[in-house]
Amino acid sequence: MRLDAIRDVLQCEVLTGADLLGTDVDTAVASDAMSAVLAAPHPQALMITGLTNIHSVRTALIAYISAIVYVRGARPDEATIRLAREKKIALLATALGMFDCCGILHRHGIKGAT
Amino acid sequence: MTEELLRRSFEVRGQDFENAGETSAEVTAILKDLEIDPDIILRVGVVTFEAEMNVVMYAEKATVTFILADDEIAVEVIDQGPGIPNIELAMQPGYSTASDEMREMGFGYGLGLPNIKKNSDAFVLESQVGKGTKVYSSIRLDPHG
Repeated sequence: MRLDAIRDVLQCEVLTGADLLGTDVDTAVASDAMSAVLAAPHPQALMITGLTNIHSVRTALIAYISAIVYVRGARPDEATIRLAREKKIALLATALGMFDCCGILHRHGIKGAT
Repeated sequence: MTEELLRRSFEVRGQDFENAGETSAEVTAILKDLEIDPDIILRVGVVTFEAEMNVVMYAEKATVTFILADDEIAVEVIDQGPGIPNIELAMQPGYSTASDEMREMGFGYGLGLPNIKKNSDAFVLESQVGKGTKVYSSIRLDPHG
Protein backbone atom coordinates (compact mmCIF):
# COMPACT_ATOMS: atom_id res chain seq x y z
CA MET A 1 0.00 0.00 0.00
CA ARG A 2 1.45 3.36 -0.95
CA LEU A 3 1.91 6.08 1.65
CA ASP A 4 -0.43 8.40 -0.25
CA ALA A 5 -3.17 5.76 0.03
CA ILE A 6 -2.42 5.43 3.76
CA ARG A 7 -2.67 9.21 4.07
CA ASP A 8 -6.13 9.05 2.47
CA VAL A 9 -7.61 6.16 4.47
CA LEU A 10 -6.33 7.54 7.79
CA GLN A 11 -7.29 11.13 6.87
CA CYS A 12 -3.77 12.34 7.57
CA GLU A 13 -2.11 15.67 7.28
CA VAL A 14 1.39 15.35 5.78
CA LEU A 15 3.88 17.13 8.07
CA THR A 16 6.90 16.37 5.91
CA GLY A 17 7.86 14.00 3.11
CA ALA A 18 5.22 14.83 0.50
CA ASP A 19 7.78 13.68 -2.08
CA LEU A 20 8.05 10.27 -0.39
CA LEU A 21 4.37 9.32 -0.60
CA GLY A 22 4.96 6.96 -3.53
CA THR A 23 6.79 4.58 -1.14
CA ASP A 24 5.17 1.16 -0.76
CA VAL A 25 4.56 -0.17 2.74
CA ASP A 26 3.40 -3.68 3.59
CA THR A 27 4.20 -3.86 7.31
CA ALA A 28 3.51 -1.66 10.33
CA VAL A 29 4.39 -1.50 14.00
CA ALA A 30 2.24 0.40 16.50
CA SER A 31 3.47 1.47 19.92
CA ASP A 32 4.34 4.40 22.14
CA ALA A 33 7.29 2.35 23.44
CA MET A 34 10.26 2.82 21.15
CA SER A 35 11.92 -0.39 22.37
CA ALA A 36 8.86 -2.27 21.12
CA VAL A 37 9.49 -0.78 17.68
CA LEU A 38 13.15 -1.78 17.91
CA ALA A 39 12.20 -5.29 19.06
CA ALA A 40 10.48 -6.05 15.73
CA PRO A 41 12.28 -3.99 13.10
CA HIS A 42 11.15 -4.45 9.52
CA PRO A 43 12.82 -2.41 6.79
CA GLN A 44 10.48 0.17 5.21
CA ALA A 45 7.78 -0.47 7.81
CA LEU A 46 5.33 2.19 8.94
CA MET A 47 5.41 3.29 12.60
CA ILE A 48 2.13 4.25 14.25
CA THR A 49 2.64 6.08 17.53
CA GLY A 50 1.40 8.72 19.92
CA LEU A 51 4.97 9.58 20.93
CA THR A 52 5.84 12.87 19.28
CA ASN A 53 9.30 13.70 20.64
CA ILE A 54 12.50 13.52 18.62
CA HIS A 55 13.11 9.92 19.72
CA SER A 56 10.28 8.78 17.45
CA VAL A 57 12.34 9.91 14.45
CA ARG A 58 15.65 8.71 15.93
CA THR A 59 14.08 5.29 16.49
CA ALA A 60 12.70 5.30 12.95
CA LEU A 61 16.19 6.00 11.64
CA ILE A 62 17.73 3.11 13.54
CA ALA A 63 14.93 0.71 12.51
CA TYR A 64 14.79 1.77 8.81
CA ILE A 65 11.20 2.95 9.24
CA SER A 66 9.97 4.77 6.13
CA ALA A 67 7.17 6.81 7.67
CA ILE A 68 5.52 7.67 10.98
CA VAL A 69 1.82 8.24 11.57
CA TYR A 70 1.17 10.24 14.75
CA VAL A 71 -2.23 9.38 16.23
CA ARG A 72 -4.85 11.08 18.43
CA GLY A 73 -4.13 14.50 16.95
CA ALA A 74 -0.61 14.54 18.43
CA ARG A 75 1.98 16.56 16.57
CA PRO A 76 5.78 16.65 16.83
CA ASP A 77 7.70 19.87 17.33
CA GLU A 78 9.66 21.69 14.62
CA ALA A 79 13.03 20.09 15.52
CA THR A 80 11.53 16.62 15.11
CA ILE A 81 9.98 17.52 11.75
CA ARG A 82 13.30 19.04 10.63
CA LEU A 83 15.23 15.87 11.49
CA ALA A 84 12.69 13.74 9.61
CA ARG A 85 12.90 16.01 6.58
CA GLU A 86 16.70 15.82 6.62
CA LYS A 87 16.67 12.02 6.95
CA LYS A 88 13.86 11.49 4.42
CA ILE A 89 11.29 9.98 6.76
CA ALA A 90 7.69 10.92 5.98
CA LEU A 91 5.64 12.23 8.92
CA LEU A 92 1.85 12.09 8.91
CA ALA A 93 -0.65 13.10 11.59
CA THR A 94 -4.20 11.89 12.09
CA ALA A 95 -6.95 12.63 14.58
CA LEU A 96 -7.77 8.89 14.68
CA GLY A 97 -6.68 6.74 17.62
CA MET A 98 -4.09 3.98 17.42
CA PHE A 99 -6.65 1.15 17.50
CA ASP A 100 -8.65 2.60 14.62
CA CYS A 101 -5.50 3.24 12.56
CA CYS A 102 -4.35 -0.35 13.05
CA GLY A 103 -7.79 -1.74 12.21
CA ILE A 104 -8.14 0.29 9.03
CA LEU A 105 -4.63 -0.56 7.81
CA HIS A 106 -5.05 -4.25 8.64
CA ARG A 107 -8.25 -4.30 6.59
CA HIS A 108 -6.22 -2.89 3.71
CA GLY A 109 -3.73 -5.74 3.94
CA ILE A 110 -0.97 -4.20 6.06
CA LYS A 111 0.69 -6.83 8.28
CA GLY A 112 2.10 -6.40 11.74
CA ALA A 113 5.89 -6.51 12.21
CA THR A 114 6.88 -9.56 14.26
CA MET B 1 42.81 -13.76 14.31
CA THR B 2 40.70 -10.62 14.76
CA GLU B 3 42.23 -7.45 13.37
CA GLU B 4 40.93 -4.12 14.69
CA LEU B 5 40.23 -1.63 11.89
CA LEU B 6 38.53 1.28 13.62
CA ARG B 7 37.83 2.37 17.19
CA ARG B 8 35.77 5.37 18.27
CA SER B 9 34.71 6.46 21.74
CA PHE B 10 31.80 8.69 22.67
CA GLU B 11 30.80 10.30 25.96
CA VAL B 12 27.12 10.00 26.89
CA ARG B 13 25.67 12.03 29.77
CA GLY B 14 22.91 10.90 32.10
CA GLN B 15 19.57 12.75 31.81
CA ASP B 16 20.63 14.26 28.49
CA PHE B 17 17.43 13.26 26.71
CA GLU B 18 17.83 15.97 24.12
CA ASN B 19 21.01 14.50 22.62
CA ALA B 20 20.21 10.86 23.38
CA GLY B 21 20.48 8.80 20.23
CA GLU B 22 23.20 10.89 18.60
CA THR B 23 25.94 8.37 19.35
CA SER B 24 24.01 5.55 17.71
CA ALA B 25 23.18 7.82 14.76
CA GLU B 26 26.88 8.55 14.35
CA VAL B 27 27.87 4.88 14.63
CA THR B 28 25.30 3.79 12.05
CA ALA B 29 26.38 6.64 9.72
CA ILE B 30 29.98 5.35 9.87
CA LEU B 31 28.79 1.83 9.03
CA LYS B 32 26.63 3.08 6.15
CA ASP B 33 29.62 4.96 4.72
CA LEU B 34 31.61 1.73 4.89
CA GLU B 35 28.76 -0.07 3.07
CA ILE B 36 28.34 -2.66 5.81
CA ASP B 37 25.38 -5.06 5.34
CA PRO B 38 22.15 -3.19 6.34
CA ASP B 39 21.05 -6.12 8.56
CA ILE B 40 24.27 -5.76 10.55
CA ILE B 41 23.85 -1.97 10.75
CA LEU B 42 20.32 -2.47 12.06
CA ARG B 43 21.56 -4.79 14.82
CA VAL B 44 24.45 -2.51 15.80
CA GLY B 45 22.05 0.44 15.74
CA VAL B 46 19.56 -1.23 18.07
CA VAL B 47 22.32 -2.31 20.48
CA THR B 48 23.92 1.15 20.58
CA PHE B 49 20.65 3.06 20.80
CA GLU B 50 19.23 0.93 23.61
CA ALA B 51 22.51 1.05 25.53
CA GLU B 52 22.68 4.80 25.07
CA MET B 53 19.12 5.27 26.31
CA ASN B 54 19.90 3.16 29.38
CA VAL B 55 22.82 5.48 30.19
CA VAL B 56 20.67 8.58 29.71
CA MET B 57 17.90 7.16 31.89
CA TYR B 58 19.86 5.59 34.71
CA ALA B 59 23.55 6.52 34.81
CA GLU B 60 25.55 9.67 35.52
CA LYS B 61 27.70 9.28 32.43
CA ALA B 62 29.29 6.64 30.25
CA THR B 63 31.86 5.97 27.60
CA VAL B 64 30.50 4.16 24.56
CA THR B 65 33.24 2.52 22.52
CA PHE B 66 32.61 1.19 19.06
CA ILE B 67 35.18 -1.20 17.61
CA LEU B 68 35.12 -2.38 14.03
CA ALA B 69 37.26 -5.43 13.36
CA ASP B 70 37.65 -7.48 10.21
CA ASP B 71 35.26 -10.15 11.46
CA GLU B 72 33.00 -8.39 13.99
CA ILE B 73 31.66 -5.15 15.40
CA ALA B 74 31.78 -4.63 19.16
CA VAL B 75 30.02 -2.04 21.28
CA GLU B 76 31.21 -1.53 24.85
CA VAL B 77 29.42 0.76 27.27
CA ILE B 78 31.00 1.49 30.65
CA ASP B 79 28.94 3.73 32.87
CA GLN B 80 29.24 5.39 36.24
CA GLY B 81 25.90 4.96 37.90
CA PRO B 82 23.82 3.10 40.45
CA GLY B 83 24.52 -0.35 39.01
CA ILE B 84 22.00 -3.17 38.68
CA PRO B 85 21.21 -5.07 41.90
CA ASN B 86 19.60 -8.07 40.17
CA ILE B 87 20.83 -8.73 36.63
CA GLU B 88 18.57 -11.75 36.12
CA LEU B 89 15.53 -9.60 36.86
CA ALA B 90 16.81 -6.73 34.70
CA MET B 91 17.10 -9.13 31.76
CA GLN B 92 13.45 -10.19 32.01
CA PRO B 93 11.40 -8.59 29.21
CA GLY B 94 8.96 -6.11 30.74
CA TYR B 95 10.84 -5.61 34.00
CA SER B 96 11.69 -1.95 34.51
CA THR B 97 12.46 0.54 37.25
CA ALA B 98 11.80 3.50 34.93
CA SER B 99 9.85 6.53 36.04
CA ASP B 100 6.68 7.80 34.35
CA GLU B 101 8.77 10.64 32.94
CA MET B 102 11.09 8.15 31.21
CA ARG B 103 8.10 6.29 29.75
CA GLU B 104 6.73 9.56 28.44
CA MET B 105 9.99 9.82 26.49
CA GLY B 106 9.15 6.47 24.86
CA PHE B 107 11.57 4.32 26.85
CA GLY B 108 11.70 2.36 30.10
CA TYR B 109 9.34 -0.47 29.15
CA GLY B 110 11.76 -3.22 30.15
CA LEU B 111 12.78 -4.14 26.61
CA GLY B 112 16.15 -2.42 26.29
CA LEU B 113 18.50 -5.06 27.69
CA PRO B 114 16.57 -7.96 26.05
CA ASN B 115 16.78 -6.09 22.73
CA ILE B 116 20.55 -5.68 23.16
CA LYS B 117 21.00 -9.36 23.94
CA LYS B 118 18.74 -10.47 21.07
CA ASN B 119 20.82 -8.53 18.56
CA SER B 120 24.20 -9.67 19.89
CA ASP B 121 26.22 -12.74 18.96
CA ALA B 122 28.10 -12.29 22.23
CA PHE B 123 26.71 -10.34 25.17
CA VAL B 124 28.19 -9.64 28.60
CA LEU B 125 26.55 -7.58 31.34
CA GLU B 126 28.49 -6.84 34.51
CA SER B 127 27.40 -4.50 37.25
CA GLN B 128 28.47 -3.31 40.66
CA VAL B 129 25.87 -1.62 42.82
CA GLY B 130 26.91 1.94 43.60
CA LYS B 131 29.64 1.95 40.96
CA GLY B 132 28.32 1.24 37.52
CA THR B 133 27.50 -1.16 34.73
CA LYS B 134 29.42 -2.53 31.78
CA VAL B 135 27.65 -3.82 28.70
CA TYR B 136 29.60 -5.60 25.98
CA SER B 137 27.99 -6.69 22.74
CA SER B 138 29.58 -8.07 19.62
CA ILE B 139 28.04 -8.86 16.27
CA ARG B 140 29.79 -11.04 13.70
CA LEU B 141 30.16 -9.53 10.26
CA ASP B 142 29.71 -12.86 8.58
CA PRO B 143 26.72 -14.51 10.27
CA HIS B 144 27.71 -17.88 8.80
CA GLY B 145 31.36 -17.54 9.71
